[in-house]
Amino acid sequence: MKVLVPVKRVVDSNVKVRVKADNTSVDMTNLKMALNPFCEIAIEEAVRLKEAGIATEVVVVSVGSKAVQEQLRTAMALGADRAIHIETDEELVPLSIAKLLKAVQEKEQAQLIIFGKQSIDGDNNQTGQMLAALTDMPQATFASEVNVEGDIVTVIREVDGGLQTLKMPLPAIVTVDLRLNEPRYASLPNIMKAKRKPLEIMTVADLGVSLKTHQTVLSVTPPVERKAGIMVSSVEELVDKLKNEAKVI
Amino acid sequence: MTILVLAEHDNISLKTDTAKVVSAAAAIGGDIHVLVAGVDCSAAVSAAQSLAGVSKVLVADAALYGAQLAENVSKLVVEIAADYEYILAAASSVGKDTLPRVAALLDVAQISEVIEVVSSDTFVRPIYAGNALATVQSLDAKKVMTVRSSAFDAAASTGSAEAINLSQAIDARTEFVSQSLTESVRPELGNAGIIVSGGRGMGNGENFALLEQLADKLGAAVGASRAAVDAGFVPNDLQVGQTGKIVAPDLYIAVGISGAIQHLAGMKDSKVIVAINKDPEAPIFQVADYGLVADLFEAVPALNNLV
Repeated sequence: MKVLVPVKRVVDSNVKVRVKADNTSVDMTNLKMALNPFCEIAIEEAVRLKEAGIATEVVVVSVGSKAVQEQLRTAMALGADRAIHIETDEELVPLSIAKLLKAVQEKEQAQLIIFGKQSIDGDNNQTGQMLAALTDMPQATFASEVNVEGDIVTVIREVDGGLQTLKMPLPAIVTVDLRLNEPRYASLPNIMKAKRKPLEIMTVADLGVSLKTHQTVLSVTPPVERKAGIMVSSVEELVDKLKNEAKVI
Repeated sequence: MTILVLAEHDNISLKTDTAKVVSAAAAIGGDIHVLVAGVDCSAAVSAAQSLAGVSKVLVADAALYGAQLAENVSKLVVEIAADYEYILAAASSVGKDTLPRVAALLDVAQISEVIEVVSSDTFVRPIYAGNALATVQSLDAKKVMTVRSSAFDAAASTGSAEAINLSQAIDARTEFVSQSLTESVRPELGNAGIIVSGGRGMGNGENFALLEQLADKLGAAVGASRAAVDAGFVPNDLQVGQTGKIVAPDLYIAVGISGAIQHLAGMKDSKVIVAINKDPEAPIFQVADYGLVADLFEAVPALNNLV
Protein backbone atom coordinates (compact mmCIF):
# COMPACT_ATOMS: atom_id res chain seq x y z
CA MET A 1 0.00 0.00 0.00
CA LYS A 2 1.28 3.43 -0.93
CA VAL A 3 0.79 6.33 1.49
CA LEU A 4 0.83 9.94 0.32
CA VAL A 5 1.54 12.67 2.86
CA PRO A 6 1.04 16.31 1.82
CA VAL A 7 3.19 18.62 3.97
CA LYS A 8 3.61 22.35 4.44
CA ARG A 9 6.45 24.72 5.28
CA VAL A 10 5.32 27.19 7.94
CA VAL A 11 6.74 29.61 10.48
CA ASP A 12 8.10 27.67 13.46
CA SER A 13 5.36 27.18 16.05
CA ASN A 14 7.30 28.98 18.78
CA VAL A 15 7.72 32.18 16.81
CA LYS A 16 5.31 34.97 17.60
CA VAL A 17 4.69 36.64 14.26
CA ARG A 18 4.25 40.38 13.81
CA VAL A 19 2.10 42.21 11.32
CA LYS A 20 3.88 44.49 8.82
CA ALA A 21 3.48 48.21 9.47
CA ASP A 22 1.63 48.69 6.16
CA ASN A 23 -0.93 46.02 7.18
CA THR A 24 -0.49 43.97 4.01
CA SER A 25 0.69 40.75 5.62
CA VAL A 26 2.69 39.32 8.48
CA ASP A 27 6.40 40.06 8.44
CA MET A 28 8.14 36.90 7.25
CA THR A 29 11.70 38.20 6.96
CA ASN A 30 14.30 36.11 8.78
CA LEU A 31 11.74 33.99 10.60
CA LYS A 32 12.63 30.42 11.48
CA MET A 33 10.68 28.06 9.23
CA ALA A 34 9.78 24.46 9.90
CA LEU A 35 7.53 21.58 8.95
CA ASN A 36 3.99 22.25 10.13
CA PRO A 37 3.71 20.30 13.44
CA PHE A 38 0.60 18.42 12.28
CA CYS A 39 2.40 17.38 9.09
CA GLU A 40 5.21 15.91 11.23
CA ILE A 41 2.60 13.78 12.98
CA ALA A 42 1.21 12.70 9.60
CA ILE A 43 4.69 11.70 8.36
CA GLU A 44 5.35 9.81 11.60
CA GLU A 45 2.12 7.85 11.20
CA ALA A 46 2.93 6.97 7.58
CA VAL A 47 6.44 5.86 8.54
CA ARG A 48 5.06 3.73 11.38
CA LEU A 49 2.66 2.08 8.92
CA LYS A 50 5.68 1.29 6.77
CA GLU A 51 7.65 -0.07 9.71
CA ALA A 52 4.66 -2.24 10.59
CA GLY A 53 4.78 -3.71 7.08
CA ILE A 54 1.43 -2.21 6.13
CA ALA A 55 2.67 0.56 3.87
CA THR A 56 5.14 -0.22 1.13
CA GLU A 57 6.06 3.32 0.13
CA VAL A 58 5.67 6.75 1.74
CA VAL A 59 5.59 9.71 -0.66
CA VAL A 60 5.60 13.29 0.61
CA VAL A 61 4.39 16.20 -1.47
CA SER A 62 4.49 19.94 -0.93
CA VAL A 63 3.24 22.95 -2.85
CA GLY A 64 5.22 26.18 -2.67
CA SER A 65 8.41 28.01 -3.50
CA LYS A 66 11.80 26.32 -3.92
CA ALA A 67 12.36 26.68 -0.19
CA VAL A 68 9.84 23.91 0.59
CA GLN A 69 12.44 21.40 -0.63
CA GLU A 70 14.13 21.89 2.73
CA GLN A 71 11.02 20.55 4.48
CA LEU A 72 10.67 17.74 1.93
CA ARG A 73 14.26 16.69 2.76
CA THR A 74 13.37 16.77 6.45
CA ALA A 75 10.35 14.56 5.74
CA MET A 76 12.61 12.09 3.91
CA ALA A 77 15.07 12.17 6.81
CA LEU A 78 12.14 11.18 9.01
CA GLY A 79 11.52 8.14 6.81
CA ALA A 80 9.60 9.13 3.68
CA ASP A 81 10.89 7.32 0.59
CA ARG A 82 10.59 10.09 -1.98
CA ALA A 83 9.24 13.57 -2.45
CA ILE A 84 7.32 15.61 -4.96
CA HIS A 85 7.66 19.39 -5.08
CA ILE A 86 5.00 21.34 -6.92
CA GLU A 87 6.71 24.63 -7.52
CA THR A 88 4.79 27.90 -7.35
CA ASP A 89 5.57 31.27 -5.81
CA GLU A 90 1.92 32.15 -5.45
CA GLU A 91 0.05 31.99 -2.16
CA LEU A 92 -2.66 29.45 -2.85
CA VAL A 93 -5.93 28.90 -1.01
CA PRO A 94 -6.56 25.36 0.29
CA LEU A 95 -8.95 24.60 -2.60
CA SER A 96 -6.21 25.29 -5.17
CA ILE A 97 -3.76 23.15 -3.21
CA ALA A 98 -6.36 20.38 -3.06
CA LYS A 99 -6.75 20.56 -6.86
CA LEU A 100 -3.00 20.19 -7.35
CA LEU A 101 -2.93 17.30 -4.90
CA LYS A 102 -5.77 15.65 -6.79
CA ALA A 103 -3.60 15.70 -9.93
CA VAL A 104 -0.73 14.16 -7.93
CA GLN A 105 -3.03 11.49 -6.54
CA GLU A 106 -4.19 10.60 -10.06
CA LYS A 107 -0.57 9.80 -10.92
CA GLU A 108 0.37 8.18 -7.63
CA GLN A 109 -2.81 6.22 -6.86
CA ALA A 110 -2.04 6.17 -3.12
CA GLN A 111 -4.35 4.02 -1.00
CA LEU A 112 -4.13 6.25 2.02
CA ILE A 113 -3.53 9.99 2.14
CA ILE A 114 -2.56 11.36 5.53
CA PHE A 115 -2.75 15.11 6.20
CA GLY A 116 -2.15 17.29 9.22
CA LYS A 117 -5.52 18.60 10.44
CA GLN A 118 -4.49 22.22 9.90
CA SER A 119 -1.49 24.38 9.17
CA ILE A 120 -0.54 26.71 11.98
CA ASP A 121 -0.16 29.74 9.69
CA GLY A 122 -3.46 29.87 7.81
CA ASP A 123 -5.36 27.91 10.49
CA ASN A 124 -7.80 26.90 7.75
CA ASN A 125 -8.37 23.22 8.45
CA GLN A 126 -9.68 22.60 4.93
CA THR A 127 -7.22 20.94 2.54
CA GLY A 128 -7.68 17.28 3.54
CA GLN A 129 -11.45 17.53 3.47
CA MET A 130 -11.34 19.32 0.12
CA LEU A 131 -9.13 16.67 -1.48
CA ALA A 132 -11.51 14.03 -0.13
CA ALA A 133 -14.40 15.82 -1.82
CA LEU A 134 -12.57 16.30 -5.13
CA THR A 135 -11.52 12.63 -5.27
CA ASP A 136 -14.82 11.45 -3.74
CA MET A 137 -12.98 9.52 -1.04
CA PRO A 138 -14.26 8.88 2.48
CA GLN A 139 -12.53 10.93 5.16
CA ALA A 140 -11.79 10.79 8.84
CA THR A 141 -10.58 14.09 10.27
CA PHE A 142 -8.84 14.84 13.59
CA ALA A 143 -7.53 11.29 14.04
CA SER A 144 -6.03 10.22 17.34
CA GLU A 145 -5.71 6.56 16.35
CA VAL A 146 -5.42 4.90 12.93
CA ASN A 147 -5.63 1.15 12.29
CA VAL A 148 -5.33 -0.34 8.81
CA GLU A 149 -6.51 -3.90 8.28
CA GLY A 150 -6.66 -5.19 4.73
CA ASP A 151 -8.50 -2.56 2.74
CA ILE A 152 -10.32 -1.07 5.73
CA VAL A 153 -9.08 1.76 7.90
CA THR A 154 -10.54 2.34 11.36
CA VAL A 155 -9.99 5.77 12.85
CA ILE A 156 -10.67 7.18 16.30
CA ARG A 157 -11.43 10.88 15.94
CA GLU A 158 -11.26 13.70 18.44
CA VAL A 159 -14.66 15.38 18.32
CA ASP A 160 -16.30 18.03 20.51
CA GLY A 161 -17.33 16.23 23.65
CA GLY A 162 -15.24 13.09 23.25
CA LEU A 163 -14.10 10.47 20.78
CA GLN A 164 -15.74 8.91 17.74
CA THR A 165 -14.77 5.78 15.82
CA LEU A 166 -15.27 5.53 12.05
CA LYS A 167 -14.49 2.75 9.60
CA MET A 168 -13.77 3.41 5.93
CA PRO A 169 -12.84 1.40 2.84
CA LEU A 170 -9.54 2.39 1.18
CA PRO A 171 -8.60 4.55 -0.62
CA ALA A 172 -9.35 7.10 2.07
CA ILE A 173 -8.15 10.35 3.57
CA VAL A 174 -7.18 10.81 7.20
CA THR A 175 -6.25 14.13 8.83
CA VAL A 176 -4.32 13.85 12.06
CA ASP A 177 -4.67 15.49 15.44
CA LEU A 178 -1.98 16.24 18.01
CA ARG A 179 -2.37 13.12 20.06
CA LEU A 180 -2.00 10.56 17.27
CA ASN A 181 1.70 10.04 17.94
CA GLU A 182 4.96 11.58 19.09
CA PRO A 183 7.02 12.41 15.98
CA ARG A 184 10.64 11.21 16.00
CA TYR A 185 13.70 13.36 15.43
CA ALA A 186 15.76 12.99 12.27
CA SER A 187 19.12 11.39 13.01
CA LEU A 188 22.26 12.69 11.32
CA PRO A 189 22.80 9.55 9.18
CA ASN A 190 19.18 9.78 8.06
CA ILE A 191 19.58 13.45 7.19
CA MET A 192 22.58 12.49 5.04
CA LYS A 193 20.69 9.62 3.41
CA ALA A 194 17.71 11.90 2.71
CA LYS A 195 19.90 14.03 0.45
CA ARG A 196 20.14 11.12 -1.97
CA LYS A 197 16.45 10.20 -1.97
CA PRO A 198 14.52 11.18 -5.11
CA LEU A 199 12.83 14.59 -5.18
CA GLU A 200 10.73 15.26 -8.25
CA ILE A 201 9.94 18.84 -9.20
CA MET A 202 6.78 19.73 -11.09
CA THR A 203 5.02 22.94 -11.99
CA VAL A 204 1.35 23.74 -11.87
CA ALA A 205 1.36 23.61 -15.67
CA ASP A 206 2.93 20.11 -15.66
CA LEU A 207 -0.03 18.89 -13.67
CA GLY A 208 -2.46 20.46 -16.13
CA VAL A 209 -4.47 22.14 -13.40
CA SER A 210 -6.01 25.56 -13.98
CA LEU A 211 -6.47 27.58 -10.83
CA LYS A 212 -8.86 30.42 -10.07
CA THR A 213 -8.50 33.42 -7.80
CA HIS A 214 -11.06 32.95 -5.04
CA GLN A 215 -10.36 35.72 -2.58
CA THR A 216 -8.34 38.84 -1.90
CA VAL A 217 -6.78 39.64 1.43
CA LEU A 218 -7.62 43.32 1.91
CA SER A 219 -5.57 43.80 5.05
CA VAL A 220 -3.79 42.01 7.84
CA THR A 221 -3.91 43.76 11.19
CA PRO A 222 -2.68 42.98 14.66
CA PRO A 223 -5.37 41.89 17.12
CA VAL A 224 -6.60 44.47 19.62
CA GLU A 225 -4.11 44.71 22.47
CA ARG A 226 -5.48 43.91 25.90
CA LYS A 227 -5.04 46.69 28.38
CA ALA A 228 -2.31 46.00 30.88
CA GLY A 229 -3.42 44.03 33.89
CA ILE A 230 -2.43 44.33 37.51
CA MET A 231 -0.72 41.95 39.88
CA VAL A 232 -2.53 41.26 43.13
CA SER A 233 -0.70 40.23 46.26
CA SER A 234 -3.21 37.88 47.87
CA VAL A 235 -6.20 35.67 47.19
CA GLU A 236 -8.36 38.07 49.25
CA GLU A 237 -7.40 40.99 47.02
CA LEU A 238 -8.07 38.88 43.93
CA VAL A 239 -11.57 37.93 45.09
CA ASP A 240 -12.27 41.53 46.07
CA LYS A 241 -11.23 42.78 42.61
CA LEU A 242 -13.28 40.12 40.83
CA LYS A 243 -16.35 40.94 42.91
CA ASN A 244 -16.14 44.71 43.11
CA GLU A 245 -14.00 45.92 40.22
CA ALA A 246 -14.54 43.43 37.39
CA LYS A 247 -17.92 42.28 38.80
CA VAL A 248 -17.57 38.85 37.22
CA ILE A 249 -18.30 36.70 40.27
CA MET B 1 -29.80 36.76 -0.57
CA THR B 2 -30.59 33.50 1.10
CA ILE B 3 -28.36 32.00 3.75
CA LEU B 4 -28.20 28.34 4.73
CA VAL B 5 -27.02 27.49 8.23
CA LEU B 6 -26.02 23.90 8.97
CA ALA B 7 -27.40 23.13 12.44
CA GLU B 8 -25.09 21.91 15.20
CA HIS B 9 -26.92 19.25 17.19
CA ASP B 10 -26.57 15.79 18.68
CA ASN B 11 -29.98 14.53 17.43
CA ILE B 12 -31.47 15.42 20.81
CA SER B 13 -30.72 19.05 21.46
CA LEU B 14 -29.74 21.98 19.28
CA LYS B 15 -26.40 23.44 20.34
CA THR B 16 -26.07 27.13 21.22
CA ASP B 17 -23.49 27.31 18.41
CA THR B 18 -26.35 27.27 15.89
CA ALA B 19 -27.97 30.32 17.50
CA LYS B 20 -24.61 32.09 17.27
CA VAL B 21 -24.16 31.21 13.61
CA VAL B 22 -27.70 32.52 12.99
CA SER B 23 -26.51 35.84 14.49
CA ALA B 24 -23.60 35.89 12.07
CA ALA B 25 -26.06 35.19 9.24
CA ALA B 26 -28.25 38.05 10.44
CA ALA B 27 -25.18 40.33 10.29
CA ILE B 28 -24.80 39.43 6.59
CA GLY B 29 -28.52 40.09 6.10
CA GLY B 30 -31.02 38.03 4.15
CA ASP B 31 -33.42 35.19 4.46
CA ILE B 32 -32.04 32.57 6.87
CA HIS B 33 -32.77 28.85 6.52
CA VAL B 34 -31.43 26.18 8.87
CA LEU B 35 -30.69 22.62 7.77
CA VAL B 36 -31.06 19.95 10.43
CA ALA B 37 -29.62 16.65 9.20
CA GLY B 38 -29.81 13.78 11.66
CA VAL B 39 -32.02 10.96 12.88
CA ASP B 40 -34.99 11.30 15.26
CA CYS B 41 -34.01 14.91 15.65
CA SER B 42 -37.45 16.49 16.07
CA ALA B 43 -36.48 18.28 19.30
CA ALA B 44 -33.51 19.91 17.56
CA VAL B 45 -35.83 20.85 14.70
CA SER B 46 -38.32 22.60 16.97
CA ALA B 47 -35.49 24.44 18.72
CA ALA B 48 -34.23 25.59 15.30
CA GLN B 49 -37.75 26.71 14.35
CA SER B 50 -37.83 29.01 17.36
CA LEU B 51 -34.60 30.86 16.52
CA ALA B 52 -35.25 34.54 15.84
CA GLY B 53 -34.57 35.49 12.22
CA VAL B 54 -34.91 31.99 10.80
CA SER B 55 -37.65 31.65 8.18
CA LYS B 56 -37.40 27.97 7.24
CA VAL B 57 -36.01 24.83 8.79
CA LEU B 58 -35.09 22.10 6.34
CA VAL B 59 -35.25 18.67 7.90
CA ALA B 60 -33.34 15.62 6.68
CA ASP B 61 -34.37 13.05 9.27
CA ALA B 62 -33.04 9.62 8.31
CA ALA B 63 -30.79 6.93 9.75
CA LEU B 64 -28.31 7.77 6.97
CA TYR B 65 -27.62 11.13 8.60
CA GLY B 66 -27.57 9.88 12.19
CA ALA B 67 -23.81 10.23 12.65
CA GLN B 68 -23.67 13.46 10.60
CA LEU B 69 -20.89 12.11 8.43
CA ALA B 70 -19.13 14.68 6.28
CA GLU B 71 -19.22 12.34 3.31
CA ASN B 72 -22.98 12.32 2.77
CA VAL B 73 -24.09 15.44 4.64
CA SER B 74 -21.83 17.50 2.34
CA LYS B 75 -23.53 15.97 -0.71
CA LEU B 76 -26.93 16.72 0.80
CA VAL B 77 -25.96 20.37 1.29
CA VAL B 78 -24.65 20.56 -2.28
CA GLU B 79 -27.95 19.15 -3.61
CA ILE B 80 -29.87 22.05 -2.13
CA ALA B 81 -27.09 24.64 -2.57
CA ALA B 82 -28.52 26.15 -5.77
CA ASP B 83 -30.95 28.21 -3.70
CA TYR B 84 -28.29 29.74 -1.47
CA GLU B 85 -25.67 32.41 -1.77
CA TYR B 86 -24.17 31.69 1.65
CA ILE B 87 -23.58 28.41 3.45
CA LEU B 88 -22.56 28.72 7.09
CA ALA B 89 -21.75 26.38 9.94
CA ALA B 90 -20.15 26.67 13.33
CA ALA B 91 -16.39 26.09 13.45
CA SER B 92 -17.09 22.98 15.54
CA SER B 93 -15.78 19.50 14.87
CA VAL B 94 -18.83 18.78 12.68
CA GLY B 95 -18.69 22.11 10.81
CA LYS B 96 -14.95 21.88 10.21
CA ASP B 97 -15.33 18.30 8.99
CA THR B 98 -18.20 18.97 6.59
CA LEU B 99 -18.02 22.48 5.14
CA PRO B 100 -14.67 22.24 3.30
CA ARG B 101 -16.15 19.23 1.49
CA VAL B 102 -19.16 21.33 0.55
CA ALA B 103 -16.95 24.19 -0.65
CA ALA B 104 -14.76 21.91 -2.79
CA LEU B 105 -17.80 20.26 -4.39
CA LEU B 106 -19.13 23.73 -5.25
CA ASP B 107 -15.66 24.78 -6.50
CA VAL B 108 -15.47 27.74 -4.11
CA ALA B 109 -12.94 28.62 -1.42
CA GLN B 110 -13.98 28.45 2.22
CA ILE B 111 -13.40 31.14 4.81
CA SER B 112 -12.71 29.49 8.16
CA GLU B 113 -13.47 30.80 11.66
CA VAL B 114 -15.09 34.11 10.70
CA ILE B 115 -15.12 36.50 13.67
CA GLU B 116 -16.63 39.57 12.01
CA VAL B 117 -18.87 40.37 9.06
CA VAL B 118 -17.57 43.56 7.42
CA SER B 119 -19.90 43.53 4.42
CA SER B 120 -21.77 41.01 2.29
CA ASP B 121 -18.51 39.72 0.76
CA THR B 122 -15.85 40.75 3.27
CA PHE B 123 -15.05 38.96 6.50
CA VAL B 124 -12.44 39.00 9.24
CA ARG B 125 -10.69 35.85 10.43
CA PRO B 126 -7.74 35.17 12.69
CA ILE B 127 -4.53 33.63 11.29
CA TYR B 128 -1.23 32.57 12.92
CA ALA B 129 -2.88 31.41 16.16
CA GLY B 130 -4.77 34.68 16.48
CA ASN B 131 -1.62 36.82 16.25
CA ALA B 132 -2.98 38.53 13.14
CA LEU B 133 -6.44 39.24 11.75
CA ALA B 134 -6.99 38.94 8.01
CA THR B 135 -9.77 40.87 6.29
CA VAL B 136 -10.72 38.72 3.35
CA GLN B 137 -12.91 39.60 0.39
CA SER B 138 -14.52 36.62 -1.29
CA LEU B 139 -14.70 36.65 -5.08
CA ASP B 140 -16.74 33.45 -5.24
CA ALA B 141 -20.41 33.47 -6.20
CA LYS B 142 -21.23 31.34 -3.17
CA LYS B 143 -19.68 32.03 0.20
CA VAL B 144 -18.97 28.97 2.31
CA MET B 145 -17.84 29.87 5.81
CA THR B 146 -17.38 28.48 9.27
CA VAL B 147 -18.15 30.90 12.08
CA ARG B 148 -16.27 31.17 15.34
CA SER B 149 -19.13 30.90 17.83
CA SER B 150 -17.33 32.77 20.61
CA ALA B 151 -17.34 35.92 18.46
CA PHE B 152 -21.13 36.17 18.11
CA ASP B 153 -24.04 36.39 20.56
CA ALA B 154 -26.73 33.73 20.36
CA ALA B 155 -29.94 34.63 18.49
CA ALA B 156 -33.01 34.73 20.73
CA SER B 157 -35.58 31.91 20.74
CA THR B 158 -38.57 34.00 19.76
CA GLY B 159 -39.17 32.87 16.20
CA SER B 160 -41.52 30.38 14.59
CA ALA B 161 -40.12 29.16 11.31
CA GLU B 162 -41.87 26.58 9.16
CA ALA B 163 -40.34 23.12 8.85
CA ILE B 164 -39.90 21.48 5.46
CA ASN B 165 -38.92 17.84 5.04
CA LEU B 166 -36.22 16.94 2.54
CA SER B 167 -36.46 13.61 0.76
CA GLN B 168 -32.88 13.16 -0.45
CA ALA B 169 -31.39 9.89 0.79
CA ILE B 170 -27.63 9.93 0.25
CA ASP B 171 -25.51 7.07 1.50
CA ALA B 172 -21.90 7.11 2.70
CA ARG B 173 -19.14 4.52 2.54
CA THR B 174 -17.89 5.78 5.89
CA GLU B 175 -19.33 3.66 8.66
CA PHE B 176 -20.02 5.05 12.12
CA VAL B 177 -18.76 2.52 14.67
CA SER B 178 -19.10 4.14 18.06
CA GLN B 179 -18.81 7.28 20.10
CA SER B 180 -17.65 7.86 23.65
CA LEU B 181 -18.54 11.23 25.06
CA THR B 182 -17.12 12.69 28.25
CA GLU B 183 -19.84 12.83 30.88
CA SER B 184 -20.06 16.22 32.54
CA VAL B 185 -22.62 17.96 34.68
CA ARG B 186 -20.82 21.28 34.28
CA PRO B 187 -21.61 23.78 31.51
CA GLU B 188 -20.06 23.18 28.08
CA LEU B 189 -16.75 24.95 27.53
CA GLY B 190 -18.04 26.85 24.51
CA ASN B 191 -21.01 28.34 26.36
CA ALA B 192 -19.70 28.76 29.89
CA GLY B 193 -19.66 32.25 31.41
CA ILE B 194 -16.75 31.26 33.62
CA ILE B 195 -13.95 28.79 32.86
CA VAL B 196 -11.40 27.46 35.32
CA SER B 197 -8.46 25.97 33.42
CA GLY B 198 -5.50 23.95 34.62
CA GLY B 199 -2.10 23.27 33.10
CA ARG B 200 0.96 21.19 33.71
CA GLY B 201 1.36 22.92 37.08
CA MET B 202 -1.56 20.84 38.40
CA GLY B 203 0.93 17.96 38.69
CA ASN B 204 -1.54 15.13 38.17
CA GLY B 205 -5.13 14.29 37.30
CA GLU B 206 -6.28 13.94 40.92
CA ASN B 207 -5.33 17.56 41.62
CA PHE B 208 -7.86 18.68 39.02
CA ALA B 209 -10.44 17.96 41.75
CA LEU B 210 -9.32 21.28 43.27
CA LEU B 211 -10.33 23.10 40.08
CA GLU B 212 -13.55 21.11 39.83
CA GLN B 213 -14.60 22.23 43.33
CA LEU B 214 -13.90 25.83 42.41
CA ALA B 215 -15.72 25.42 39.09
CA ASP B 216 -18.78 23.99 40.85
CA LYS B 217 -18.88 26.91 43.26
CA LEU B 218 -18.68 29.40 40.39
CA GLY B 219 -20.97 27.46 38.05
CA ALA B 220 -17.99 27.28 35.72
CA ALA B 221 -16.67 24.85 33.12
CA VAL B 222 -13.29 23.19 33.50
CA GLY B 223 -10.71 23.58 30.75
CA ALA B 224 -7.08 22.58 30.31
CA SER B 225 -3.92 23.38 28.42
CA ARG B 226 -2.39 20.97 25.96
CA ALA B 227 0.31 20.06 28.49
CA ALA B 228 -2.34 18.88 30.96
CA VAL B 229 -4.12 16.88 28.26
CA ASP B 230 -0.94 15.32 26.89
CA ALA B 231 0.12 14.36 30.40
CA GLY B 232 -3.19 12.49 30.69
CA PHE B 233 -4.58 14.64 33.54
CA VAL B 234 -7.87 15.25 31.71
CA PRO B 235 -9.56 14.16 28.44
CA ASN B 236 -8.56 16.02 25.28
CA ASP B 237 -11.95 17.60 24.64
CA LEU B 238 -11.18 19.97 27.53
CA GLN B 239 -8.24 21.46 25.65
CA VAL B 240 -8.42 25.21 25.13
CA GLY B 241 -6.19 26.62 22.41
CA GLN B 242 -5.40 27.00 18.72
CA THR B 243 -6.10 23.35 18.09
CA GLY B 244 -8.63 22.78 20.85
CA LYS B 245 -11.65 24.84 21.84
CA ILE B 246 -11.68 28.59 21.26
CA VAL B 247 -13.50 30.26 24.15
CA ALA B 248 -14.35 33.80 25.20
CA PRO B 249 -16.06 33.62 28.61
CA ASP B 250 -16.65 36.56 30.97
CA LEU B 251 -14.02 35.17 33.31
CA TYR B 252 -11.14 32.81 32.51
CA ILE B 253 -9.04 31.58 35.43
CA ALA B 254 -5.74 30.05 34.27
CA VAL B 255 -4.14 27.96 36.99
CA GLY B 256 -0.64 26.55 36.53
CA ILE B 257 -0.64 27.46 32.84
CA SER B 258 2.47 29.15 31.45
CA GLY B 259 0.63 30.75 28.54
CA ALA B 260 2.16 29.41 25.31
CA ILE B 261 1.09 31.13 22.04
CA GLN B 262 -1.08 28.13 21.19
CA HIS B 263 -2.99 28.32 24.48
CA LEU B 264 -3.46 32.09 24.34
CA ALA B 265 -4.97 31.66 20.86
CA GLY B 266 -7.88 29.86 22.47
CA MET B 267 -8.72 32.23 25.33
CA LYS B 268 -7.30 35.71 24.86
CA ASP B 269 -10.67 37.15 23.89
CA SER B 270 -12.05 36.35 27.34
CA LYS B 271 -13.43 39.48 29.03
CA VAL B 272 -11.47 39.07 32.27
CA ILE B 273 -8.42 36.82 32.57
CA VAL B 274 -7.00 35.75 35.92
CA ALA B 275 -3.67 33.97 36.12
CA ILE B 276 -2.40 32.06 39.12
CA ASN B 277 1.17 30.87 38.65
CA LYS B 278 4.21 30.56 40.84
CA ASP B 279 6.53 31.74 38.06
CA PRO B 280 6.36 35.55 37.87
CA GLU B 281 7.94 35.39 34.40
CA ALA B 282 5.20 33.17 32.92
CA PRO B 283 3.87 34.72 29.66
CA ILE B 284 0.29 34.24 30.88
CA PHE B 285 0.76 37.34 33.08
CA GLN B 286 1.11 39.48 29.93
CA VAL B 287 -2.52 38.88 29.01
CA ALA B 288 -3.95 38.56 32.54
CA ASP B 289 -6.10 41.35 33.93
CA TYR B 290 -5.37 40.07 37.41
CA GLY B 291 -2.24 38.11 38.13
CA LEU B 292 -1.35 36.33 41.34
CA VAL B 293 2.11 34.86 41.86
CA ALA B 294 1.44 32.02 44.27
CA ASP B 295 1.55 28.27 44.72
CA LEU B 296 -1.72 27.06 43.24
CA PHE B 297 -2.06 24.39 45.92
CA GLU B 298 -2.45 27.17 48.49
CA ALA B 299 -4.16 29.78 46.33
CA VAL B 300 -6.90 27.60 44.82
CA PRO B 301 -8.23 26.21 48.16
CA ALA B 302 -8.11 29.76 49.59
CA LEU B 303 -10.00 31.05 46.56
CA ASN B 304 -12.49 28.24 46.98
CA ASN B 305 -13.19 29.33 50.56
CA LEU B 306 -13.70 32.97 49.64
CA VAL B 307 -16.04 32.80 46.65
